[in-house]
Amino acid sequence: MSQVAETSGAPAAPAPDASYDGLRLRNLTKSFGAFTAVDDLDLDVPRGSFFALLGPSGCGKTTTLRMVAGLETPTSGSITLAGQDITYAKPYKRPVNTVFQSYALFPHLDIHENVAFGLKRRKAKEVDAQVKEMLDLVELGVQARKRPTQLSGGQQQRVALARALINKPEVLLLDEPLGALDLKLRRSMQIELKRIQVDVGLTFIHVTHDQEEAMTMADTVAVMNQGVIEQMGSPADLYENPRSTFVANFLGQSNLIEGRITNRAADLVTVDMQGIGVSIPADRAHADGDMGWVGIRPEKVLIGEPGATLDAPGNTIPGGVISDVSFVGVSTQYLVRMPWGQEIQVFAQNTGRTRLFAQGESVELSWRPEYAFLLDHAQDATAGAQKDDA
Amino acid sequence: MRWIRNNLVLLLGIAVLIYTFIPIAIVILMSFNDPNSRLIYSFDGFTLYNWQNPCEPDGMCGALWTSIKVGFLATLFSTILGTLAAFALVRHDFQGRSSSNLLIFMPMAAPEIVMGSSLLALFVAAGFAGQLGFWTILIAHIMFCLSFVVVTVRARLAGLDDNLEQAAMDLYATPSQTFWRVTFPLVFPGILGAALLSFSLSFDDFIITNLNAGNTTTFPMFVWGAAQRGVPMQVNVVGTLMFMIAILIVVGGEVTSRRRNAKLA
Amino acid sequence: MTRRTGGLGYLLLAPAALWLVLFFVVPFYSLVATSLFDPAGSDFRGYEMTYHWQNYTDAVQEYWRPMLRSLWYGALATFFCLILGYVLAYAIAFKAGRWKNLMLVLVIAPFFTSFLVRTLSWKLILADDGWIVDTLQTLHLLGEDGRLLVTPFAVVMGLTYNFLPFMVLPLYASIDKIDHRLIEAAGDLYANPVVGFFKVTWPLSLPGVISGTLLTFIPASGDYINAQLLGGPNQRMVGGVIQSLFTDANDYPTAAALSVIMMVGIVAMVLVYVRRAGTEELL
Repeated sequence: MSQVAETSGAPAAPAPDASYDGLRLRNLTKSFGAFTAVDDLDLDVPRGSFFALLGPSGCGKTTTLRMVAGLETPTSGSITLAGQDITYAKPYKRPVNTVFQSYALFPHLDIHENVAFGLKRRKAKEVDAQVKEMLDLVELGVQARKRPTQLSGGQQQRVALARALINKPEVLLLDEPLGALDLKLRRSMQIELKRIQVDVGLTFIHVTHDQEEAMTMADTVAVMNQGVIEQMGSPADLYENPRSTFVANFLGQSNLIEGRITNRAADLVTVDMQGIGVSIPADRAHADGDMGWVGIRPEKVLIGEPGATLDAPGNTIPGGVISDVSFVGVSTQYLVRMPWGQEIQVFAQNTGRTRLFAQGESVELSWRPEYAFLLDHAQDATAGAQKDDA
Repeated sequence: MRWIRNNLVLLLGIAVLIYTFIPIAIVILMSFNDPNSRLIYSFDGFTLYNWQNPCEPDGMCGALWTSIKVGFLATLFSTILGTLAAFALVRHDFQGRSSSNLLIFMPMAAPEIVMGSSLLALFVAAGFAGQLGFWTILIAHIMFCLSFVVVTVRARLAGLDDNLEQAAMDLYATPSQTFWRVTFPLVFPGILGAALLSFSLSFDDFIITNLNAGNTTTFPMFVWGAAQRGVPMQVNVVGTLMFMIAILIVVGGEVTSRRRNAKLA
Repeated sequence: MTRRTGGLGYLLLAPAALWLVLFFVVPFYSLVATSLFDPAGSDFRGYEMTYHWQNYTDAVQEYWRPMLRSLWYGALATFFCLILGYVLAYAIAFKAGRWKNLMLVLVIAPFFTSFLVRTLSWKLILADDGWIVDTLQTLHLLGEDGRLLVTPFAVVMGLTYNFLPFMVLPLYASIDKIDHRLIEAAGDLYANPVVGFFKVTWPLSLPGVISGTLLTFIPASGDYINAQLLGGPNQRMVGGVIQSLFTDANDYPTAAALSVIMMVGIVAMVLVYVRRAGTEELL
């Protein structure tokens, strides 16, 4: 919890910290009747970063975004931007612009007029030249006199981006901006967006439920669930060392195996996992109490014949039987039924160095201790798991 | 044969459309009629006389002028009041929304003769029996046009994407700029449609008007009176003109929107 | 949709609501009051409120024929409108292709010309020496002195003609929403076109059928212009009776009583109809 931890020492003093030049949310809460969409949220977004707010639908990420934009009034808490308190500022008075999920392009105005809208409201100079330059940046110069409905989805998306970017906001908010595009277009727009962000150097806050999108684009990802931030950090950090079952399941896939903590040393925690002793580095152990979930990513699990020497000095778990094999080209995905009844997922790279196993074969699993993590037993082992492999 | 069978529904539909146009053809034809007698209504010979002397029949152009004045004023007032009410119903929350909706709906469902006789009963009870005329007609017309305006504008307003106004606010437009630059231009086609509908409803009304007109005569009342005595051919001139104006408005609107799209496509 | 609360809503609604209360709701109370006045009065000498309920029985006794006739003609016209309107709406929605908009405009276009002027044209078309009557007589479909004018046929036809758009537009709105793939799916599942129509298209278009029939039946049964211009004394409808009682006979109480009966009757029928049809949200 790198950034949250830095400031959580003084939550009682929401006084705007004039020295912080990014976006800072303190104790932000939004309730709709009995439902709390955002619950006492603290968040720091450094200036110039590409920040992703990732979570399933209904987790409060869009509400958070709308409060930053001024389209929703917080129930309590504060929002400061570069030291300025903007908690209750009107949307048209804050240096924040939004790329809406549905784009919200004005259908009665052409592309040029749409992009010029914000500049004109602020009585900027040389509007036409600026609009032209911006449309060239998003490669829509020739479409300037068309109406939004005459453009394709991807083009509309770029107009929405241009319309917000041209105002050079302190913070650009993107509300699932790629949600309506097909997969191929999405991928190219992800690269495009990242490029533009690096070029203009503005702070981008990107709201999405697509973990892959968040991880490819953002420098910092905050995973949000039920109104609170579960964990925040760099994509690699989140993926390699999740602190909750929700993050472990929502970002990629994880095998979570129940175990009893037998010993806590300074740098190593030892766990009795279904009768097998495994060890986990102390900085990857996030469990209080006696029990925990031992977590391991499927691609970190090595698979071999019983008795074979696997390239993983550490934890070896014998007695597995292959219950399902799917060959997906770059890798083979196995389901291995363990003696205690659980099925463990294993992704084996098709490097050609190991042979393929067939259904019903007996195997042994193993992983390096530094890849495993330990999560609190009080958490639901299925939290955040995707219903389908979208 | 096969072609006919495949397109049977379309052909039948076109036949129904033709049925709706038969009387229009007769109206246009009759506007060029040179009748032998005013009482027997048939086409006797071609003439431009009716078009050259449109105001010849006693009182017809006066009645027409009354209808245009009533139609214009009724459209103006019902469009303003109805648009305000539509904004209230779509954009504001208050007690009694559903009863307001019922109040708006009822005049569209009530038979005209009932509305007309109710108004007459009210005017007589209020002691206005002697003052029936232009103003009582106008009151009645605003009343029955209102609901249609509210319904038309409300539909347009409800179909408006909420995000558009939020996007405007996000792009530094104040609430009044948001209204005049985004909301109003987007609702305007609905308001215009409502106004055209109001005018044609008002201009064409006979049943309610007839009961509350006193000695004032509108164009439909003139036609009604003439139908008993023999219809002057100039009535068909007015009918033809109305049809042509309506077609021009509709086709004009369609052409401008198509041309705008074609130029850009 | 975020709705704002507070006084502004009332302020915006007030002028229209007030107008409708003053000139739609209050008049209905005056109408009911008038229907209970002493019939001995007149609009010169004034009326006395005597709660003369007999006005109602008198009105029914004297005018039950035009009343029933109005309902009957209204129902017939609605039925014919439904058939013609359904064909037209279906053709526009599914068969017109790029001519869709044009056909929709053509549905409405004739109705911008005066209702009365158009009805008078029908009088000419159906005239005794007109070509339709001549043709029918030549074909012996009509007797030597048979006629079309001044018959129930002429009145119902006029009503059908005049109220057709009220049927076509809601039907079109409903049919146009039907996903054409559903009809194809029905065909894929062994329904022939006729079965497919009655099992898929028709049930899905019911909301349009219901609002269309209501929108047609109410004005058609209240109309008297067609009955007066295309019919004779034997085709008189109740609207005409009410009108002439008010303007010619100056018998306000009876006219008012007839109006109230008509309003109550139509509201009752609509409620029953809507309840049976099962789409109460229409109201």
